[in-house]
Amino acid sequence: MPTLNDYLLVSGLLFSIGLAGVVLRRNIIIVFMCLELMLSAANLTLVAFSRFNVTENGLPDYSGQMLVFFVITVAAAEVAVGLAIIVALYRARQTIHTDELVSLKG
Amino acid sequence: MPLYLFWLFSTIMLIGACAVIAFRNPVSSALAMVTSFVGLAALFIGLSAFFVGVIQILVYSGAIMVLFLFIIMLLDLKDEKKRSESYVPLVAGLVLVGVFFIQLIGVLSHNPDKAAPELNAEILAKAAEISKLKYPEESKISEALTSGSLPDVHLIGHTLFTDYNLPLQILGVLLLVSTVGVVVLSKKQAN
Repeated sequence: MPTLNDYLLVSGLLFSIGLAGVVLRRNIIIVFMCLELMLSAANLTLVAFSRFNVTENGLPDYSGQMLVFFVITVAAAEVAVGLAIIVALYRARQTIHTDELVSLKG
Repeated sequence: MPLYLFWLFSTIMLIGACAVIAFRNPVSSALAMVTSFVGLAALFIGLSAFFVGVIQILVYSGAIMVLFLFIIMLLDLKDEKKRSESYVPLVAGLVLVGVFFIQLIGVLSHNPDKAAPELNAEILAKAAEISKLKYPEESKISEALTSGSLPDVHLIGHTLFTDYNLPLQILGVLLLVSTVGVVVLSKKQAN
């Protein structure tokens, strides 16, 4: 049986892969996908805590899974708005590469 | 979940995540992300969070990925060209991740490890006995618990509509706002 630290290690690895993607990649859609990976890493931690922390009646603590439910819903809304912004950006500039968007660089 | 299945699904998830940032083609990245999320959903189900595992597949691998693929095809993106430029972002990214990883190892080596609490038929039947006030004997939750299975979806629904009712309704407003926002954003500008 995997222990709590196994789950925390795997979720930390997933988070750092997502973080590396946000820093390394220039394509704004890929950056967005990596943000989703980081959110999912947090979800894995929450579900692991929910399973490993039983309440007084012996069942898993469902508060953690409630938070996961809310995170998934907010992430879906965020993806919809973010992709609409990307489409608007592409219409205005014909590019979605972050190193070509330098209007604010001064 | 047996240990070898845990490591199998973790490996699928982590390789999928690495493939997301390694592929040059955005469509390949999106498909690698589906792989990663299927592995993650398997980990959720291994943690007996069946509902969360199922909505992970439905929402992420279904809806969000289709949205991503749709936008990629709408914008008609080409493969990213190799760029000959400074390695500053690469080094910065790797250093950031390295520091994060060292910190993770440091925290986990001091964290007291814990095995998963048992969830067998005896414990579930006892849980039905203890929480008799919350889940009356003729309720579906109580019946499933006494028969030795974990009524995951019923328990989540019960928690969601009792303890978390107000956040749920606020979430509905948030979804409405984001729908309106998307429509406004994607409307063609007049001039």
